[in-house]
Amino acid sequence: MNVRLRDAQPGAASQLEVPARALSGEKARPLLQVDDVCRLFGPEQGCQEVSFTLYPGEVLGLVGESGSGKSTLLSTLSGRLPPDRGRVRYRDGADWLDLYAAGEGRRRALLRTQWGFVEQNPRDGLRMSVSAGANIGERLMAQGARHYGRLRQCALEWLRHVEIDAARIDDTPETFSGGMRQRLQIARNLVSGPRLVFMDEPTGGLDVSVQARILDLLRNLVREFDLSVILVTHDLAVARLLADRLMVMRRSRIVESGLTDQILDDPQHPYTQLLVSSILQV
Amino acid sequence: MANMSETPQPGYNFAYLDEGSKRMIRRGLLKAVAIPGFQVPFGGREMPLPYGWGTGGIQVTASLITPEDVLKVIDQGADDTTNAVSIRQFFERVAGIASTTRTREATIVQTRHRIPETPLEPGQIMVFQVPIPEPLRFIEPSETETATLHALSDYGVMHVKLYEDIVRHGHIATCYAYPVEVNGRYVMDPSPIPRFDNPRLHMSPALMLFGAGRERRLYALPPHTEVVSLDFEDYPFEIQRPEAACAICGSTESYLDELIVDDAGTRRHVCSDTDYCQARVKAREAAA
Amino acid sequence: MDAILKVSGLAKTFVLRQPRDTVIEVLRDISFAVFPGECLVLSGPSGTGKSTLLRILYGNYLASGGSIRLRQETGWIELAGADPRCVLAARRHTLGYVSQFLRVIPRVTALDVIMEPALLRGYAKEVAQAKAEALLVRLDIPEKLWSLAPGTFSGGEQQRINIARSFMVFWPVLLLDEPTASLDGKNRQIVLELIEEAKAAGSAIVGIFHDAHARDAVASRLLYMKDEKERAHVT
Repeated sequence: MNVRLRDAQPGAASQLEVPARALSGEKARPLLQVDDVCRLFGPEQGCQEVSFTLYPGEVLGLVGESGSGKSTLLSTLSGRLPPDRGRVRYRDGADWLDLYAAGEGRRRALLRTQWGFVEQNPRDGLRMSVSAGANIGERLMAQGARHYGRLRQCALEWLRHVEIDAARIDDTPETFSGGMRQRLQIARNLVSGPRLVFMDEPTGGLDVSVQARILDLLRNLVREFDLSVILVTHDLAVARLLADRLMVMRRSRIVESGLTDQILDDPQHPYTQLLVSSILQV
Repeated sequence: MANMSETPQPGYNFAYLDEGSKRMIRRGLLKAVAIPGFQVPFGGREMPLPYGWGTGGIQVTASLITPEDVLKVIDQGADDTTNAVSIRQFFERVAGIASTTRTREATIVQTRHRIPETPLEPGQIMVFQVPIPEPLRFIEPSETETATLHALSDYGVMHVKLYEDIVRHGHIATCYAYPVEVNGRYVMDPSPIPRFDNPRLHMSPALMLFGAGRERRLYALPPHTEVVSLDFEDYPFEIQRPEAACAICGSTESYLDELIVDDAGTRRHVCSDTDYCQARVKAREAAA
Repeated sequence: MDAILKVSGLAKTFVLRQPRDTVIEVLRDISFAVFPGECLVLSGPSGTGKSTLLRILYGNYLASGGSIRLRQETGWIELAGADPRCVLAARRHTLGYVSQFLRVIPRVTALDVIMEPALLRGYAKEVAQAKAEALLVRLDIPEKLWSLAPGTFSGGEQQRINIARSFMVFWPVLLLDEPTASLDGKNRQIVLELIEEAKAAGSAIVGIFHDAHARDAVASRLLYMKDEKERAHVT
């Protein structure tokens, strides 16, 4: 069979393609607006002078070494740690919600419906003593789902999404491997159809072979569900694979930001150059 | 018939507690009645019995009781167990009030783990002894966090527990202290009554008061309050049907205790509510 | 016909801070325009910044100065200094890039790698798959490899996967960095055909071809690039 590019001509292509709307409509409107956020525990410890805009469907990587303030920034962005100064605003439909000016109830509701948080250690993000099915169903139950059969159907569907054998639905995560636990945690977060997911070193504690699987899974899920992600990682290979763009943190400040491959292939800031040149080539 | 006691024991204030403490508890109860199902903290007093024996219930009763009241005390439905007898005698001595074993005659019924079979009437008060008032405690050890969960009606985790029940047992296996939603707002632990009694909480004409002595919490169901037992649409709340008839009165309607009566393991079922059972026996004898 | 890509006064200087400050001027005052349906070949000795120029056009390297204007469906955009979202959107819809090397992602099969650009544009999966398979056949990749991750493939196979991926969809602007470098004569010929087809379909192509035969076969015009001290000029 011979491929002819005739069907790839602009006219013909329009029958196959979704019209290019990347920068128009819903996607053109920011999802998260961060203005001069500062949370310090000591001089240059924590994060400061952080401002950026996140758009729907964007995967933003926060990279930098330990102690650079990545995790503090993530906590502040995700509603877990009020900033000393500055504002985090989230667009919920047509309304802008000031995260820390909003009530606790609104913030929590947001955290368990439109947002997700994938912890580095799945023990922190899962209920270890209840079954995988209940772990997945909890967000739905919190939103009022009251049909056991449908909750199970949904749990089974999500186990499939994260490549966990359906037969394990009634087992507790205590009996799961580290990689399975992490995949279960991902399912538990995504079941509510969040628009924005925070991830703190999601592959941090895992073996390399297990990491690859999680990364592949995350890549596909991000695309399939059109998620916006803010990802903290110190692993630049993970950042390259998952992130559309990067912010490089050093001593509580963003020192450089830009397109992921541009930051990694043509770093401008001396610190980024050091960081990138320190990667071992395999 | 109600037993009339002698005058109160000298040297004690009426109903043991000093008037200031009673007023404090009554204030707590008023708040509890005003916010059905909400746990009100109170400054629990030392009572002359150990925690776990009904110190919460006894303080509630002490703060409410008047010389005109008639008190019934039951433990697992029975009027004649040590705990029930001791508490009844306690109030007879320190308050000089009348006591009874008849549900219909009582103005206040203090109870551990049951609601009487005989339907309650307007004007009656149920006082429940509560060991652990917090329905969320099993999953959340932090008091600050459970208070927040209540404040935000963030109760998804209660259904996680029921979901797990179905996973493990094929049905909701929680038999005691079956959680309820009160007045469409607060989730409440009804104390360790069997879930058989849960429907009696709903729209009860009697006032229901709950006292937890060790945990120092009060909560309440005002009369005619909507009380819904939590469940799933496809696994609706159901009460266990009695497995047998009562060996004494023949009732097939009441909540039964199972007794092993001999070394061969012979089992008998008898009414847990002794007053109800005896009343049925008397009625049968009278009819015969 | 109007140009689709207009480069003017483009400069690139690398400033390396590690291990000590080093300044390397690679490109200076590069200007050219590319039109739909033509192939502009960057030529000149190695070290004159041909690959660097392609990478800047793709947004992979930052321009140090000058302007790169790209005509999209929605109008002209300035790529130099553009927001990452703009660059990503341009990469999704307008700018295609074939490098010499395939970036292998663990566990992702050859077929999935190839289908990805089409799926990103919203092709139905069946349509994308049929097209990907046809390309694999045409590029002579044995069927048993299709569902394997290309990490273990030979250099030539990986490069053909990369090429198949790039020719899955129509690119208004296609950047080619030695697409035929490690291919045998037969496969090189197929790639040249694909390039001709893309030109015929209206792609504006900017490419680097070390192989003179390939260059002569596809080039519409040459952009001759000299050492950094000299001026690049279009012939």
